[in-house]
Amino acid sequence: MTAHEPNLAARSNEPIISYRYDEHDRAFVRARVAEFREQVRRRLEGALTEDEFRPLRLMNGLYLQLHAYMLRVAIPYGGLTAKQMRRLAEIADRFDKGYGHFTTRQNLQYNWPKLEDVPDILEALAEVEMHAIQTSGNCIRNVTSDQFAGVAVDEIEDPRPTAEFLRQWSSLHPEFSFLPRKFKIAVTGAREDRAAISFHDIGLRIVEDANGARGYEVHVGGGLGRTPMVGKVVRDFVARADLLAYLEAILRVYNRFGRRDNKFKARIKILVHEIGVDEMKRLVEEEFAAIDRGPFAFDADEFARIAAFFAPPPYETLPGRSEALETKKRENRDFAVFVSTNVAPHKASGYAIVTVSLKPIGGIPGDASSAQMRLLADVSERFGFGELRVTHTQNIVLPHVKQDDLFALWRELSAADLATSNAGLITDIICCPGLDYCALATARSIPVAQAISRRFQDPERQRLIGELGVKISGCINACGHHHIGAIGILGLEKKGQESYQITLGGDPTFSASIGELLGPGVTAQEVPGVIENLIEFYLSQRREGERFIDLWRRLGHARFKEAWRREGEDGVDI
Amino acid sequence: MALISNGAFVEDGWRRLSDEEDLPKGGKCIVPQARLAEALKVLPSDAPLGVRVENTADPAGLVPHFARLELISIAFPAFSDGRGFSLGRLLRRAGFTGELRASGRLIADQILHALRCGFDTIEVSGDIASRQDQAQWTKALSAFGAFYQQGYGGRTHILEQRRKAAR
Amino acid sequence: MAATKHPQILFASMLRGGQTVLLGEAGWVGDPREAVVAHDVEAAAALERRGKEEVARNNVVDVYLADVEIGADGAPAPLHYREKRRLAGPSVRPDLWARREERLR
Repeated sequence: MTAHEPNLAARSNEPIISYRYDEHDRAFVRARVAEFREQVRRRLEGALTEDEFRPLRLMNGLYLQLHAYMLRVAIPYGGLTAKQMRRLAEIADRFDKGYGHFTTRQNLQYNWPKLEDVPDILEALAEVEMHAIQTSGNCIRNVTSDQFAGVAVDEIEDPRPTAEFLRQWSSLHPEFSFLPRKFKIAVTGAREDRAAISFHDIGLRIVEDANGARGYEVHVGGGLGRTPMVGKVVRDFVARADLLAYLEAILRVYNRFGRRDNKFKARIKILVHEIGVDEMKRLVEEEFAAIDRGPFAFDADEFARIAAFFAPPPYETLPGRSEALETKKRENRDFAVFVSTNVAPHKASGYAIVTVSLKPIGGIPGDASSAQMRLLADVSERFGFGELRVTHTQNIVLPHVKQDDLFALWRELSAADLATSNAGLITDIICCPGLDYCALATARSIPVAQAISRRFQDPERQRLIGELGVKISGCINACGHHHIGAIGILGLEKKGQESYQITLGGDPTFSASIGELLGPGVTAQEVPGVIENLIEFYLSQRREGERFIDLWRRLGHARFKEAWRREGEDGVDI
Repeated sequence: MALISNGAFVEDGWRRLSDEEDLPKGGKCIVPQARLAEALKVLPSDAPLGVRVENTADPAGLVPHFARLELISIAFPAFSDGRGFSLGRLLRRAGFTGELRASGRLIADQILHALRCGFDTIEVSGDIASRQDQAQWTKALSAFGAFYQQGYGGRTHILEQRRKAAR
Repeated sequence: MAATKHPQILFASMLRGGQTVLLGEAGWVGDPREAVVAHDVEAAAALERRGKEEVARNNVVDVYLADVEIGADGAPAPLHYREKRRLAGPSVRPDLWARREERLR
């Protein structure tokens, strides 16, 4: 076996579609499981206090929530094999209550594990090359990416090799495991940003320099939460060979100078804001220049070894247009609608990218039962080389479906309530678990999502409204990404009641913007009506091809604010 | 305070000088950084000297004294405060070859972080030592055989292992 | 004895299982009807003391007092919606919320 070739002998029937662990990766996660098992034992015996144990369990993704522990499983850059999805289903059945929740960082959460079972859960994950390493804690978190990586038509370079390279570099880093606060990195490699890199502590955009060499545009200090900020570009171009050293420089500056006096001012975005981007660049460049590159030299072979795992699967040679597909669309209107909303064009001729919505009308956004997980695993094998992706909009993507197979796939999905034709539409709501589950929450978020979903469920009306990102957070920490929703909803407490603030105009893509507060908080019952007013206004004012976010940018805050009050009703005072 | 070296509790040959005590005539003592200039002036040049610094110390202030210092002790006020790991790494990078000590609130689970960032010894408060017995420190030392990061000491890095396997 | 502004009960989470529990006469309970209710400052302090002892024994974590009102059935009901939610379970999955006694296991 050379340094380049993946070990194909091990699993000869399955094509290599993403990174496979070698013996060193396997030894690493097994050691981690053993370490955590020992940490749990010491906690239960009292050798570790809760204050000492808490950061250790958080670094293994284990939170204590309102009703139970919650375990956040890492799904690196959103990639899953069918086998891994089946294991997630098994764990849900064996150790939890038969379901899991897919998150806005492409991870999976279990809501009901017991502490004493977690080492066994981690072992079950390790068997399928999965883990929960650093999905929480003041360390570098899951490196997220574009759910269409490798297959998107607008792709410049597949970001996944970079994401995997960084995943390994960031795992159990000796110097950067006790940072002032959490640290999130995202990578994109296409013309459109589907990874929201402008809202990460470090966002990387794959670019080419004048000579065609590949490198990265580096953004620093984006984030949401209490103080949302768009990241600033600190370097237009970092060569691939310099990437790790450059990131080390950023992390070292942050570790040394990030605030530790106030938890709400401890992210790198605050440091950039307080010292200014020029001073930040200066500190980073100074540190970068001082890093001894000798013991640390970029290994092009290693990057190539990793990249080889992400080579395209063995696509068949197919015509660009599938007659079978066109026929089925003519015959079945619901199917035609699904294709128009949930199917995107693919790099490879005759293939398509399918978004499986986990937002059924009135359902809990992002939740999947173990039965649904098994079905997804099955269809990914029958129709897509056994690969799935988790999106940061809490949906699942089947990235390699033959156009000829779309109808058969749709039938299977429909039977499992997984064929809602709403990708990117108003009922494709992003929603955090909120006060139904989360100890940090100030209000419930899921019932609000369900009410909006039911109110706007009519499929034709949804398509009429068009692309609209509704994002709901149950507290200021913004795990529902409300700041970057075209319509954002934030659940707070006001006078002992749950109260919801509406923001408009957020955008997670390269045209990044943060939503603006529209008015005082309203009750949960009032939210669908307020949204209704805003939608009616939008439909009455929009020009040809103008999305909701476009109209917001054209008309502005004052016009929308007028619209949200129904005639004859008073607004609610804060 | 208890001193850990190689995963075992050991006797500390150094004495930690408080802010008020007079500089001793002999013996190995660790002075606070604010008294370093005084110690350099007063002590004979072959007297073993150590300094203890906050985890926010500027390496530049210590570099000129590397040849004279046998030990630098970096304070870890809370185990969640990882600044000492960066400072340790910077001091090693600047050429410090003496004993590098992490002192304060660390737990056994951080022993490899410390080792890999260039620390030789860890000094912890009595309450931590009473709950985290030697067995835990020793066991934590063997938790992992290799890590992914290059350029850090203490353990093999996985890329090195991969290269060996590929040959 | 100084009265507390509201009667209070003591919340905690079981260390091993993570379940929400309340401090009862003899130990931790899931059913609010079995929770000890403190009506004065001393009784509240005693609840907290017992709770902290239980933390030191590594049985529970995150102990705190919560204001309640006494319902018509005599059972304490938390005043704040967050603690109400802790006792009632996720509003969106009522099917998951086991009988109170089961939750302790």
